Amino acid sequence: MTAYIIRRVWQMIPTLLGVILLVFILFNWVGGDPAYVLAGKISSAEQIENIRRQLGVDQPFYVQLWIFIKQVLTGDFGASWSTNEAVSHIMATRLGPSLTVLIPLLIISTLVAIGLALAVAYVRGSLTDRAVMIVCTIGLSVSILVYIIVFQYVFAYKLGWFPVQGWGDGFWHNLIVYASLPIIILLVVSVAPDLRLFRTFVLDEINQDYVRTARAKGVSENRIMWVHVLRNASIPIITHVMAQLPGLLIGAFLVERFFSIPGIGREVILAVERSDFPVIKAITVYVAVATMVVNLLTDLMYKAVDPRVQLK
Amino acid sequence: MPYDVPHAVSPGLWALAWRRLRSDRVAMVSLAIVAGFLLMIVLSATGLIAKDWAREEGVNYAPPTFVGPDAATAPAGAVPGAPVAGEPGSTENESDLQIADPLADALAAIKAGATKPGEAPPMPDTKSVDPLADVMADIKAKGAGRADAVATRAATLPFGGDKWGRDVLKKVIKGSQTSIFVGIAAAIVAVFLGSVFGAVAGYYGKWLDDVFNWFYSVFTAIPYLLLILAVAAVLQQKGTLTIILILGLTGWTGVFRLIRGEYLKHKGREYVQAADAIGASNARRMFVHILPNVSHVVLVQLSILTVAFIKSEVILSFLGFGVPVDVVSWGSMLNEAQNELILGKWWQLAAAGTFMALLVTAFSLFTDALRDALDPKLK
Repeated sequence: MTAYIIRRVWQMIPTLLGVILLVFILFNWVGGDPAYVLAGKISSAEQIENIRRQLGVDQPFYVQLWIFIKQVLTGDFGASWSTNEAVSHIMATRLGPSLTVLIPLLIISTLVAIGLALAVAYVRGSLTDRAVMIVCTIGLSVSILVYIIVFQYVFAYKLGWFPVQGWGDGFWHNLIVYASLPIIILLVVSVAPDLRLFRTFVLDEINQDYVRTARAKGVSENRIMWVHVLRNASIPIITHVMAQLPGLLIGAFLVERFFSIPGIGREVILAVERSDFPVIKAITVYVAVATMVVNLLTDLMYKAVDPRVQLK
Repeated sequence: MPYDVPHAVSPGLWALAWRRLRSDRVAMVSLAIVAGFLLMIVLSATGLIAKDWAREEGVNYAPPTFVGPDAATAPAGAVPGAPVAGEPGSTENESDLQIADPLADALAAIKAGATKPGEAPPMPDTKSVDPLADVMADIKAKGAGRADAVATRAATLPFGGDKWGRDVLKKVIKGSQTSIFVGIAAAIVAVFLGSVFGAVAGYYGKWLDDVFNWFYSVFTAIPYLLLILAVAAVLQQKGTLTIILILGLTGWTGVFRLIRGEYLKHKGREYVQAADAIGASNARRMFVHILPNVSHVVLVQLSILTVAFIKSEVILSFLGFGVPVDVVSWGSMLNEAQNELILGKWWQLAAAGTFMALLVTAFSLFTDALRDALDPKLK
């Protein structure tokens, strides 16, 4: 197991180097001289000169690349170009609000989608099954923007059940007051595709011989679905849920923007609007590392769920 | 066995797939809807319909005809006066509202609404950014005396009007043209890249395969939307071509993996060995012999990516990183609709949302049917 983990971490290095190279080419080469990018955004010539010196714009490309690699290794990406806040501080303070929305969302949506998928797959082919699938297909095709606009208007603006936007202090206060409507919206958006997918995973298992054997032994239907079938269907489900994880951090940006939640996603949008390259670079590299770590965790979870899986 | 039996010609893959597709009612209905959309955007691109979408035909926020004229705007529409409409086409650049606070614009508009007796005439070319909201309200209030300018504008439009009194129905047709065109063009770019990379990696194997796999793992390590946003941040200029390239250059990974797998499988098959034996070159074997045999994968990926890219384009344009401000797309319409809804003007949201939902539903259902028809083993 340890050998496996060490080998996987070792294999991450070329990928991480590739990500660094990609980000470097994008921002230092395609993006060009910060003096042009920031013209009109920062008025102080001295400040721009400072930024150029930090990036080593006048130096050859390999020196600039080394500066960037050092930044990644030390985790010190300098200061934001627009607010002068340290990028590491931005990352640290924005992660909390994002996770306050995302962790409850991920838990609830996975549980709801699994529960519904087992139920719908159990009555497969019936009118209920087809009706749920049609609703899912239509629900999937409506833009997430429409959901956010309409839900915010109806539930927050018209009915006043939730604050229209904002963020406060204290975890529980934020979770109950400010995060609940965003969570509900993302839940509605994410359950439809998850349910469709999980249903096919369950259907792959439901006709297997071991289900028939369990039924013949007199195992209750509930136990068959929740223990026997679910455990076997869980590998693709875990793959799907874990693969979503890093993307969710960014994918929630629309909600964070609409509801003024000071999270990572909103920071990305702000940074893109302001051409705040250090923030985007840092977030891209961190999220890429997170993706690779999550992929490793996913493979380790396979082993925990299914002992037959051989980690090579 | 005589060879002149009447049904000696056995139907090929495409004929069989078409037969299976035709027997699927859902697929045919969705194909008809998709074809209808494509016809619509061709007509709109050639200028046969919705050519004058930017003309200000109705009063500002003209309600749909089936709702009836707004009580507040009806008298204004009836005021007899100079038959001069506002300067048509002068406000095309205003369609992009980038407002951080959805309420700010609403408040400004309400403030302005309190001071004006009739309807405000077309505004000068003002970019409506949050800090300018008060200025805008001033301009509106000053212009209130010129109510005669709107005399010839219709009080209602078939499906309502937007902030400048442009016909929402024409606008959504024009928006469909942009969104669908971007989706299809970007999907073609992505599928082309993915197929060529996948073919080379799968066919040649060895170090080429390693290089492309490394590329693949780098691109998939960064979440797709983040990659798009990073590219959008770097490419400062906005344009339809830019967004097509952004989506196409970042979206090839899924196609690559599938096509690579297919080429790995096919390159050892007998027919490829036979092609090798008669002296076919590597390129000929890759693209003339193997490609037709994996083209069904390419086709299905093309339609999956089209739907995905239409959705991405809508989000990017909504955020203001997508199409330029003088081009209308579903995303830019939804951006305007966000502020309009608070004023109770729901029709632009309904138009853009319905058109998009209809196309995406039809396209997804058709894609599912297409996959089943082309690869019946998958069922």
